[in-house]
Amino acid sequence: MNTMISIPAVVADIASPFAQAIPLITPLLNPATIILMAVVLALLAIAFGFGQVLARQPDTSIHPAVVRRFNSRVRAWWMMCATVSLAFLFGRNATLILFGVVSFWALREFITLTPTRLGDHRALFWVFFAFTPLQYVLVWLGPENYGLYSIAIPVYGFLFVPARVAISGDYKRFLERTAKIQAGMLVCVYTLSFAPALLDLQLRTNKTADGSWQPWEDGSTAGLLFYLILIAQSGDVLQFLWGQLLGRRVIAPTINASRTWEGFFGGIASTTLIGTILWWVTPFTYWQSACMSLVIAVMGFAGSMTMSAIKRDRGVRDYGTLVEGHAGVLDRIDSICFAAPVFFHLTRFFFADV
Amino acid sequence: MLWATMYSLRHPLETGWRGTTSMNITSAILAIVGRLLSGASVRWIDCQPDTCQRVYFANHTSHLDALILWSSLPRRIRTLTRPVAAKDYWEKGIIRRYIAQQFNAMLIDRKEIKVHRSPVDLMLREIGETHSLIVFPEGSRNTESEMGEFKSGLYYIGKKRPDLELVPVYIDNLNRVLPRGEFLPVPLLSCISFGPPIWLESGEPKADFLQRARECVRRLKEI
Repeated sequence: MNTMISIPAVVADIASPFAQAIPLITPLLNPATIILMAVVLALLAIAFGFGQVLARQPDTSIHPAVVRRFNSRVRAWWMMCATVSLAFLFGRNATLILFGVVSFWALREFITLTPTRLGDHRALFWVFFAFTPLQYVLVWLGPENYGLYSIAIPVYGFLFVPARVAISGDYKRFLERTAKIQAGMLVCVYTLSFAPALLDLQLRTNKTADGSWQPWEDGSTAGLLFYLILIAQSGDVLQFLWGQLLGRRVIAPTINASRTWEGFFGGIASTTLIGTILWWVTPFTYWQSACMSLVIAVMGFAGSMTMSAIKRDRGVRDYGTLVEGHAGVLDRIDSICFAAPVFFHLTRFFFADV
Repeated sequence: MLWATMYSLRHPLETGWRGTTSMNITSAILAIVGRLLSGASVRWIDCQPDTCQRVYFANHTSHLDALILWSSLPRRIRTLTRPVAAKDYWEKGIIRRYIAQQFNAMLIDRKEIKVHRSPVDLMLREIGETHSLIVFPEGSRNTESEMGEFKSGLYYIGKKRPDLELVPVYIDNLNRVLPRGEFLPVPLLSCISFGPPIWLESGEPKADFLQRARECVRRLKEI
């Protein structure tokens, strides 16, 4: 028996009394996932305390704005992790509702910053109150609706929006306006809905002693979803940190002045390392987990750059509020939005019993 | 992150359930719904929430303006503030009439203005020595992005009651939430900015004052 199976067994031994003590725990969670979530929450709490101490120092070499930014980020991550963990505790429905609400809120921020005209009003109403809930209802109905929820917005939503706008009779900048609504719907609702869709995958694994494919019975897809969120977010922060440490060559100064090639490569490499270390919550082996986290990190980078470009075009620093400086939901989830569908497809293609 | 947003909806002046004598559950719910619907972030720029008698004057772009501006005030001030709204709109149908009653609207007939019962006199009589007012000096909602000219009502309020603080308010993006002629709202985020109070200077001509007041509201857009 090699270490790859014995470590989860040890983890299970430690966590089993803990798991039995909480009757709320649904089949969504297994001991490995609980441990990972607890560790991440604890680390964030420590980082939060560290940030508070740093903020109280009268004289440091670190710029106070950096400290403030760090503190607000850590607080947001802690809140994000706590909310996701709580949703996992309450089960699949709660998780879907959480992601649905986040999508709705992100779409709200996206459309707020996108100039629309009076003629788009009715189309927007349908986007908010029909297509957004519909997408999550289709995901909720289960994995047999994969065919339906993967085309509902890209095909039917795509066709509906321009038709409804055309009926209202305003042709000014028509293509531009409809494309913006379609993009908002795809980025904030469609792509994000693939994250909770991970929960329904029936996975198999070749983490067995002889390398044969077996159903992944002791695993939890909630753990996989948490893995996705964690890797995407750490990709963000590690790229930022490496960029601060070594950054010289800025990738696109007009889009984001803090994203450098050094930060990109350093961040991707260290994120991949973290992903590799976390192989035990996933159905992946070491190298499979490394590849997956590499893909998540690269997609997360692509997401952040894309959303930054939109923000620059609109002349704002953050989504969220119209004027005030604090970041919105969309600023926090941009990397997850881009990584979720790709991670879902790769996992489904290579690891799911379809 | 959602918690943070919910938290920011609370206001520092709102402590407990004191001051609910003239407020009931329905109007509290109405205020919460109004805030969630408009997602309004509220800014007080060189101005603090206060229970002294004030006239809030704002740009008018949506039927929701009165309701949202009213619900963005801290509760203690909300109970003392009466939005002036169009009688012909808010008296149509049971639901609208009920809502208007709940947010304590003062319905003014803008179609039949009688010489001896001018709206300004009516408003000043209604507010007495305790209440504040919310008015929209443009008269009717404008569809253009630029604000319309102010009607003279604000000038006469300032002239007859020089003790009232005139607070400019800029309502941003609400016209996209519920534009003219639509009945279904789209829940975009809006922003309400309160500016520093102004008063009518002694001997200031009407046109100059109205222009200055309009400029005060317009300037809040840029800050």
